Amino acid sequence: MKLTPKSATLLVLAVLVALSPLFFPSGYYYRVGALIFVNGIAVTGIVILTGWAGQISLGHAGFAGIGAYACALAPAHWSLHPALAVVLGAAISALLAWLVGRPILRLRGYYLGVATLGFGILVSMVLNNERDLTRGPDGIEVPELGLRALLKGWGLDLSNGQFWYFFCGLCLIAGAWLALNLYNSPTGRALRALHGSEVAARTVGVDLARMKLQAFMISAVYASVSGSLLALQNKFITPDVAGFMHSIEMVTMAVLGGVGSVLGAIFGAGALTLLPQALTVFAEYEQMVLGLVMMLVMIFLREGLLPSILRKLRGRGE
Amino acid sequence: MSELIQFLFSGVTVGAVYALVALGFTIIYNASDVVNFAQGEFVMLGGMITWFAHEAGLPLPLAALIAIVLTSALGVAMNKLAIEPARGAPVVSLIIITIGASIFIQGTAQLVFGKQIHTFPAFSGDTPIHVGGATILPQSLWMIAGALAVFLALWLFFSRTLLGRAVMATANNRLAAQLVGINTNFVMTLSFALSAAIGALGGVLATPVTLTAYGVGIGFALKGFAGAMLGGMGNPKGALLGGFLIGLIEALTAGYLSSQYKDAVAFVVILLVLFFLPQGLFGRKTTDRV
Amino acid sequence: MTRSDKETLLSVEGLGIAFGGLKAVNNVSFGVRPGEIVSIIGPNGAGKTTLFNMISGIYLPSMGQVTLSGEDVTGIAPHLLARRGMSRTFQNLQIFQSMTVLENAIAGYHLQERGPVLADLFGLPSSRARAKRAEAGARKLLERVGLDRAAEREAGNLSYGSLKRLEIARALALDPKILLLDEPAAGCNAVETEEIDHLIAEVAASGVAILLVEHDMKMVMRISNHIVVLDHGEKIAEGDPATVSRNPAVVAAYLGAENADG
Repeated sequence: MKLTPKSATLLVLAVLVALSPLFFPSGYYYRVGALIFVNGIAVTGIVILTGWAGQISLGHAGFAGIGAYACALAPAHWSLHPALAVVLGAAISALLAWLVGRPILRLRGYYLGVATLGFGILVSMVLNNERDLTRGPDGIEVPELGLRALLKGWGLDLSNGQFWYFFCGLCLIAGAWLALNLYNSPTGRALRALHGSEVAARTVGVDLARMKLQAFMISAVYASVSGSLLALQNKFITPDVAGFMHSIEMVTMAVLGGVGSVLGAIFGAGALTLLPQALTVFAEYEQMVLGLVMMLVMIFLREGLLPSILRKLRGRGE
Repeated sequence: MSELIQFLFSGVTVGAVYALVALGFTIIYNASDVVNFAQGEFVMLGGMITWFAHEAGLPLPLAALIAIVLTSALGVAMNKLAIEPARGAPVVSLIIITIGASIFIQGTAQLVFGKQIHTFPAFSGDTPIHVGGATILPQSLWMIAGALAVFLALWLFFSRTLLGRAVMATANNRLAAQLVGINTNFVMTLSFALSAAIGALGGVLATPVTLTAYGVGIGFALKGFAGAMLGGMGNPKGALLGGFLIGLIEALTAGYLSSQYKDAVAFVVILLVLFFLPQGLFGRKTTDRV
Repeated sequence: MTRSDKETLLSVEGLGIAFGGLKAVNNVSFGVRPGEIVSIIGPNGAGKTTLFNMISGIYLPSMGQVTLSGEDVTGIAPHLLARRGMSRTFQNLQIFQSMTVLENAIAGYHLQERGPVLADLFGLPSSRARAKRAEAGARKLLERVGLDRAAEREAGNLSYGSLKRLEIARALALDPKILLLDEPAAGCNAVETEEIDHLIAEVAASGVAILLVEHDMKMVMRISNHIVVLDHGEKIAEGDPATVSRNPAVVAAYLGAENADG
């Protein structure tokens, strides 16, 4: 039986999540794996927004910040269960994306980039400055999700690292499944169409403003959930989650791996998450290397690492 | 009243740096349609290299000259190594390349110059000048004069010299410029050199007042961009005015509203301009061809 | 069938636009009835494509009125015009390059296949049913324009003539009441031109009103019911092919220019 690209992608992800732990030298790598999956979720949203709909955002960390701080603040102030706080964060992110997106998605290219960047920086500024609420740059504790204890009660005893690894892995697979559903759906086709030619998309009846807004809101929810999961597994969060660098990392991961494909972008998330781990000895070089990688990939492997590698392999096969 | 004058003074002081950054943006944007997010790093390098050379015992003017020349060379290298090979790439790629360059320069500066905040002596001392109940530093006057001088020099260059006109022709229509024999690659290299030099000069003039550190570039870049947009992307007169306006609005916000959110001003301006005045104050209107 | 048999479907009255003080199109009026092929001709730069862009909502006219099925639609956004039954192709191709040929054609069914975004995200049966219906329609259309064999290929790799037909297929997918074709035969060889020619006649015969801009004079004279001649943005003549080709002003402006070119 021939696999559709969608089931092939999901299968690869499931195998990776399930089998990678067999090769982990230590329990620490569960944490690294979980971090890759969390970044993978945010990056899947970028694939929808940038890879398919062709709209750039340099401020998506703002939504990650909202997702993260929803998990810190809602349980503390309204004694909301952390799981519901994730949903609340996603809802606020979607609402904010709707409000902000309506005016700025009329812009293109650099202007859209700078406008979204401005949005992201405003969010991070609020998180840094409103100390009464967020406790400022030093960060704030986040309550336990409680799912691990629940699983333990059912006889499934996982270490903290293992739990977050598998839980984030499942969330990533779910996120990828949704995105892949979208790709071949009427909405996904309309998004890719407006990327290909806005004027032609309009003449076949695509409401540009509405479609771009939908892509922006969906990707905002992905970023928000990613921020929530980061906060919950670290049990602590600082405004850095909403920072400019985090936004740039998201876009770089997606573009590095291949912004047009979910698997490629997740691959990019993996590569860029592992980079600092590999450079721990040379921590001072991290920023330099990151900048260099961004430039080199964009200049020499314009479609991203994974598509370029696949093309090479295919070329050899022929 | 004296309070207001004080705010206006500090507004035009920072505004002068923003204006220089905005002019730098404008030059590169006109020559290549690229928005160079690394523009702010040129300002950082101008200050940093001057500090470094001065610290090493060189007299300040020589140190400043070295900083400007080196930064300008870096601008050329950036164009040759990162922008030219990516010609024709989609905007997303170019944004990532220039942000990558910005992060790379920051990371390198952090290694070479360390994480500390640096400064060097003001050109004409630190004795404040009293005007109308407020004070202004002599260095502020240097900054304002610097921005105006650069603008004037650019204006003469673009309107009176053959080379300057070649740059303008390239800005209007790259293909046509090539057809009449203008070397557009050279024009781009020149624009990066010029833009980097102007940024570095901004850093040299501003550092005694604003201080410098490896991470200051991105802030200058964003505010300079806001200035360029407010004035109308691609218009030097607009860039000058826009830069000063951003500085003034920022200073007034810090003075009367909230010093914590003064950095938000640039973005609020960007969003408002994009919304109500997409062509900026002096921009031209364009129509898509289909 | 004479021209006055049916109600006018699309009527353009006194339409004009200026770019930076220059009048690109000035005071142009004409009408198109269902099942009729109306051609707009004129030398290069006469304002034909600009006129198309105003009628299809891409440019906002600075004067005049466009009426579709009796309703004023001047300056209405293209996607809303699509809902009212207007569809078009482009002189310089506007293909969704990185999508497959089939996907390009399905995109033409956007108005029929679109639905709640959440249903699409979760891949609900309703979403898949919508997509499936659109795909079936698109495959039939591709067969009609002779592109069924290329359905799975990336559109960017097709020849120019094939892309022209793909654009027509995509425009037909909207099941339009009026179809605007901007130089459908440009760049096509004689055989392809004839195929397009037949296709247009067939579509018109099914009751669709057709507005055509075309440089191939033989084709225009062969298939048009009515011709509008533009020169320097103004209408200088109109009428049936025989009348227009005898009009001295047309010969001077258009055919003269043509001869001078050749």
